[in-house]
Amino acid sequence: METMMSVLVGILVTVATYLILSKSLLRVILGTAIMSHAVHLLIMIMGGFSRDSSAPLLGEEAASYTDALPQALILTAIVISFGVTAFFLVLAYRTYKELKTDDLTKLRGHDDNE
Amino acid sequence: MNNLLVLPMVLPLLVGIILIFLRPFVKVQRVISFITMLVTFGISVYLLVMVQQEGIVTLDFGGWAAPFGISFVGDSFSLLLVTTAYLITTITLLYVFSTIGKERENMFVYPLIHLLLAGVACSFLTGDLFNLYVGFEVMLLASYALIVLGGEKAQLRESIKYVLVNVFSSFVFLIGIAYLYGVLGTLNLAHLSVRIAEVGQPPILTTIAIIFLLVFSLKAGLLLYFWLPGSYGAPPMSISALFGALLTKVGIYSLFRVFTLLFYHEPGITHTLLGIMAILTMVGGSIGAVAYNDLRKIIAYNVVIAVGFILSGLAIFNPTAIEGAIYYLVHDMIVKALLFLLVGATIYLSGTARLEQMSGMIRNYPLLGWLFFITMVSLAGIPPLSGFIGKVYVAQGAIESSAFVLLAVTLISSIFVLYSLLRIFRNVFWGETIISKDSMIPMKKGMIIPCALLAIATLTLGLGVEGIASVVADAAATLMNPEIYIDAVLNQGGV
Repeated sequence: METMMSVLVGILVTVATYLILSKSLLRVILGTAIMSHAVHLLIMIMGGFSRDSSAPLLGEEAASYTDALPQALILTAIVISFGVTAFFLVLAYRTYKELKTDDLTKLRGHDDNE
Repeated sequence: MNNLLVLPMVLPLLVGIILIFLRPFVKVQRVISFITMLVTFGISVYLLVMVQQEGIVTLDFGGWAAPFGISFVGDSFSLLLVTTAYLITTITLLYVFSTIGKERENMFVYPLIHLLLAGVACSFLTGDLFNLYVGFEVMLLASYALIVLGGEKAQLRESIKYVLVNVFSSFVFLIGIAYLYGVLGTLNLAHLSVRIAEVGQPPILTTIAIIFLLVFSLKAGLLLYFWLPGSYGAPPMSISALFGALLTKVGIYSLFRVFTLLFYHEPGITHTLLGIMAILTMVGGSIGAVAYNDLRKIIAYNVVIAVGFILSGLAIFNPTAIEGAIYYLVHDMIVKALLFLLVGATIYLSGTARLEQMSGMIRNYPLLGWLFFITMVSLAGIPPLSGFIGKVYVAQGAIESSAFVLLAVTLISSIFVLYSLLRIFRNVFWGETIISKDSMIPMKKGMIIPCALLAIATLTLGLGVEGIASVVADAAATLMNPEIYIDAVLNQGGV
């Protein structure tokens, strides 16, 4: 289970990196969104889990319990990354309206092309 | 346990939320925000004095003892920075009142400043790595909004890069947290320090240390400063002043915390890397500071040089150098805010940010010119002013540790700082004036008074070094001896 998830995280990071490196602003934002999922899954794996361990604090006789902390951490991180992604999308929309382009190579900005 | 410790974070947070509902009443917003900042400054001073008498103050939220709950830890180092941050914000607010303009005041600039400060205070005071991430995000989200507020083309363009770089580095931060949790099973800084000391920092932990080095370097502008000059030039100068004084300093604070409390067992790898990065930062910053003719770019590169300088103190890693770095950190927060505000006033009065289009402004605005002169010599480190003592200590620490390359680069970079600012002073303030007495824009009181206050602050810091010497010595001692911090957090004798 953990191995499979690790592979999944790897694939997600690959996809995210590819998207973040592209020219179009929207693809870049999608890339950051996918990256956030990869990172959250990574936190999950790092907490460690297996099918044998039971949910925390529902009974006292289980052999091992799942660590609840990574889930709390992910919950916080998800909320934050939702907020940031929403802000980023609005920012991209405003930039597109204002500057008439979503091509990052044209958004470099020099002193003369204000 | 002391509940006061939460106020520097909670007070601006709550007031910031209240201010959102007072949107149409600009005057009320001004009064409330100024009073809040002043009160919070008072509380931080009180806490700082208390720490001197009673040792490190901690607060475990909800009564859950340290490794299990979230705790706030106020030692001399973090409270010194919190106090300086609030001092600067209080004074900068006066400047914001008169320069920011109606549109921005109506679009939540004061609530955003409050939220920014809440994030900064949370990052300084927290004793938990994940909470540090949350503090960072609160601060960054407020800064994203502040940088784009107004919606000018340059602001939008620069903020896209700024947001992207910071979002990416936040994910790398989370990856670092995940690995650290996977290896050590805790996120409390003190507890982490204990566990790392137990296993003696094997290579896996050094690798994680380098991930954190990367993340905080991006936030502090150490070597990875490519995003900094553009984005600090985009918003109005009063907002840039807050950014220059606070944002990079939170990254620097985190580097200090992580590399003195957690990963101090392999200085040969991590601190050497820090030293190399600091040298490259100072070289790159110096080149940038003399290369541009745009005032905003010149001072943004001056921020970069200062980051390199402060972190060379951490790279040298002996008590003298750390003490010097702390002095310089406090000095730099004040003087960088002052520099940004002065340049903002200059740009406002002359209507341009190009060096070659200004001349002889000291004839029309003598006070502004002399304040700039004070700032310049203060940054260059001329004795009665505040930059001197930090430079001396860092240089002395470098000699003690025989880090002669770092010593040479730090001293040469000071010359570049002096040269780049002297160039501004010569071109902008000296020479024949090109503004006639009739077409002269009158100086606003709200612009010059905050600058004068900050100049007084740098003078007081320089002349009254004795006053904070014990605080800085205590901060350096806490940083160099992690046991003090661990003891305060994990073994709170009964109370």
